[in-house]
Amino acid sequence: MSEQERRTEPYEIPEEMKSQVAVTTLDKIYNWGRSNSVWPMMFGLACCAIEMIATAASRYDFSRFGMEVMRPSPRQADVMIVSGTVTKKMIPTIVRLYNQMPEPKYVIAMGACACGGGPFKEGYTVVSGVDRFIPVDVYIVGCPPTPQSLLNGLITLQKKMEQESIATSRWYSKAPSQPIPIPVLGPDLMDPRKFDLIRQQSAAKKAAQTADGEVENE
Amino acid sequence: MNGKGILSGLLITLRHFVDTYLEDLKVGRKRYGTAEGIEMRRSSDTRGIFTIQYPEEKLPVPEEFRFVPFLVYDVKEDGEKAVRCTSCGICAKVCPPQCIWIERSVDAATGKPIPTPAEFFIDVDVCMNCGMCAEFCPFDAIRMDHDYEMASYDRHKHHILNKERLLKPASYYAEIRPTSYRREEAEKAAKEAAKAAARPPAGTAA
Amino acid sequence: MSDLQTQTLVPQLDTIFPDWVRPDDRAGYQGYIVETEHLLAVAKALRDTYGYDLLSSVTGVDYLPEGKLEVVYHVFRTTGGPIFVYKVQVPRDNPVVPSLVPLYPGAELQEREAYDLLGIRFEGHPDLRRILTWEGFAGHPLRKDWHEPYFEEEAKPYKSRWPEGQVRRAEDLNPFADNVDYPAGFDPESLVPDADDTLYKTLFRVQQAQHPEIKTDAIVVNLGPQHPSTHGVFRMVALLEGEKILDLKPVMGYLHRNHEKIAERNTFLQNMPFTDRLDYIASMSNNFAYALAVEKLMGVQPPERAEYIRVIMAELTRIVSHFIAVGFLLNDLGAFFTPSLYGIKERELIVDIFEMVSGSRMMCNYFRFGGLARDMSPEAVQKTKELVNDRLPRKIDEFDRYLTENEIVRQRCEGVGVLTPEDAIALSATGPVLRASGVPYDVRRAEPYSIYDRFDFDVAYGLHGDIYDRYLVRMEEMRQSVRILKQALRDLPEGPIMTGKPAYQVRVPAGESYGRVEGPKGELGFYLVSNGKPNPWRYHVRAPTFINLTSLAPMSRGGKVADVVAILGSIDIVLGEVDR
Repeated sequence: MSEQERRTEPYEIPEEMKSQVAVTTLDKIYNWGRSNSVWPMMFGLACCAIEMIATAASRYDFSRFGMEVMRPSPRQADVMIVSGTVTKKMIPTIVRLYNQMPEPKYVIAMGACACGGGPFKEGYTVVSGVDRFIPVDVYIVGCPPTPQSLLNGLITLQKKMEQESIATSRWYSKAPSQPIPIPVLGPDLMDPRKFDLIRQQSAAKKAAQTADGEVENE
Repeated sequence: MNGKGILSGLLITLRHFVDTYLEDLKVGRKRYGTAEGIEMRRSSDTRGIFTIQYPEEKLPVPEEFRFVPFLVYDVKEDGEKAVRCTSCGICAKVCPPQCIWIERSVDAATGKPIPTPAEFFIDVDVCMNCGMCAEFCPFDAIRMDHDYEMASYDRHKHHILNKERLLKPASYYAEIRPTSYRREEAEKAAKEAAKAAARPPAGTAA
Repeated sequence: MSDLQTQTLVPQLDTIFPDWVRPDDRAGYQGYIVETEHLLAVAKALRDTYGYDLLSSVTGVDYLPEGKLEVVYHVFRTTGGPIFVYKVQVPRDNPVVPSLVPLYPGAELQEREAYDLLGIRFEGHPDLRRILTWEGFAGHPLRKDWHEPYFEEEAKPYKSRWPEGQVRRAEDLNPFADNVDYPAGFDPESLVPDADDTLYKTLFRVQQAQHPEIKTDAIVVNLGPQHPSTHGVFRMVALLEGEKILDLKPVMGYLHRNHEKIAERNTFLQNMPFTDRLDYIASMSNNFAYALAVEKLMGVQPPERAEYIRVIMAELTRIVSHFIAVGFLLNDLGAFFTPSLYGIKERELIVDIFEMVSGSRMMCNYFRFGGLARDMSPEAVQKTKELVNDRLPRKIDEFDRYLTENEIVRQRCEGVGVLTPEDAIALSATGPVLRASGVPYDVRRAEPYSIYDRFDFDVAYGLHGDIYDRYLVRMEEMRQSVRILKQALRDLPEGPIMTGKPAYQVRVPAGESYGRVEGPKGELGFYLVSNGKPNPWRYHVRAPTFINLTSLAPMSRGGKVADVVAILGSIDIVLGEVDR
């Protein structure tokens, strides 16, 4: 069985539980408890962070949804709201923080910059969307999305959480989850999953340059 | 007395706390869930907490509010859509992050361009909601929408809006931006009247 | 010439130093060009004899067609008056300039930025490392011949958008599906990344100097970039001895969004929404400074009503920014979120006005060259009047009663993070940081722009230079802003809001200009070089918080870790501006 299949293998319900409780009701109660106490990680990068703080403040209070406990430590957080432009210098930190969050964990990409690079996409130090490196659950567009838009996105996340089932969820599979490899800052940002591709493309570039050089010399 | 500063601060917090419930008692049920309640909580003499209970009550956005753009079409007498856009390309040129792609229609027979877009794409992952496309459109064809509830699960499917998803009727535009709609209709009517006055009356030899 | 005369007249540098200085006679340019070898002598004379004690901005420009790199210096006198400009020109293939850090320590971070983005080496700089990108980054991005991986054309609008609009995401064209590019023949596995070794080595230099005969070890602690109190993605590396800080190095660039490179591709009008995202809490103020800089080049003046509305928006922005600054300072001191909540509550009411007028709460994009984008409706004016005449004075007083006499605030803020006036001027601090140290310099008074000379207001300043004084200066500035607002709303005339017709193609003649305003955080300046084309040749932002951060290290040395957090809160940084 491949790693991926092993990760999404359904959880085996133990014998003694099979007769006692129907799993769907367990799902409902479990999801109700989880979706009404999602603790966001205090992770504001840029302008969208100010809208996130405005959502946490008294006019659009998101503690009405159970999310008031904003923890700066990733070990105590459930959802990482990536709010703001993701730059190459910051992405190793973001990936490290994502790896440190305990499961079940979710990611919301808030704002155009976190979804797909945003207005700064053409820049040389901007990553074209945080989903290049970490899996994203909900995307919220806007520049910046208004607090009501963010609340709508959080409710969408709650709806997604309510549809999950313990039996098929990837958090409860038997194999341990693999952390995402941390990108390295070299002459440009390097994703360790693409090292082969990088080597190949650089060699092709060098070959093209020497071929040009030979053509010029002739 | 040492500690007076802290105590007076705590009294202010207590006052804020008590004010909320006093306000609720004074105003009664219509403080929450009604439009006038929201306006009361939004005015400058609001007292106490002014939380908007989203999603049960939504704070109405002002007319100028800009989110993602949309294309306006008029409905002709026979029920057909008349897209106002002539694919002049000014919005694509003015857009600061260049998130608008327009494909101009070409007449298949003559090869000449037709003033209507064959396709129109906006990448909302790049759009910065600045409103410059709407500001400089000479045909009142692209305007900024008010709909901000656009969260999605998959950006590759949903975040490049094509012409079909962007087209919305002029009645919707009149609903969300009544002052601008009235002003533009008045300008159009004035232009039509000026043209009619300049034209020679029907029946005289040209 | 008497001392007073030398201190007030603008010196004719080419007559004083005839062999070393010549006037800059390019069309539309001002200032003087100094010979590179004699830069330090001329700068010292300007500072000591002629009283130009504050170095406002150091920036580099790449003139590729002439094969030259130019470093432009803007200095001013803290007693008031206009900016004085002088430049140095060096060849592009070997750009070496003497560093001004021995004379003006505030040039430190700005020279590092010119080295990072343009490749100019500054001789005599104590710590020349990359600042906004990372060690090992390939190339100097702001050079004209350096192309970013998603490069399409030299200037917008791009031809691929219309009329053959074949939509595609930019990453689909790149084989790595992201905007990355590597040098030819590069092997990723053979790379040994720097991993901050260069940074840590600069710290230990301080430590070795103190006890060269004993081998001691001091702890290095990283605060940030993910930290609840760093106001964004900002990192400080502190060298500790117990709780006491021996040395501190700020590390930035975690939000470097290439604003200046993107601005060189944009047309002048397309840059306006990008300026909103610099100091994202006070976006109207950024728009104001940029509009002033371009209007100086174009030579247009906005009409009366537009000027009054501009002042109203700028002062409302100042109040918003100070509410948030004080709220977050109290957050850092430990009052978990309640003062911020009260500040944000008032901010919401002001931001409602911004939304009514410009369409967006934060990214207003409201100013245009020659006026404003839209007019203020009568109900917006009415709402502002209610807010300013009734609610804001009451709430500012309540905020004051709530926090100023609080014993915890006084004990933690008085005497902490002291910055003497001489240090503040030498370190190029501006804004509340400078004024709290006893130097009452405010651009609205020193070189009045727009219609500020018509309003009656006081400049707030403090005498001790500690955190408490900076807090008091901000509270007093809020009150003065309300005073200006009352006068502006009372005198607001009717009339047009735009000189000339609104156009998206703006003709900007060739030349350079430096437009500056008193932003809530300090002096915000835009240095623009235009060569007559629709897009700027060089666009530089003189960011006040970036330069105020040079004073972070001197203020924190000898203090405790808990104080550093409070000092950073009192400098009030915004990462969008620091990293651009």
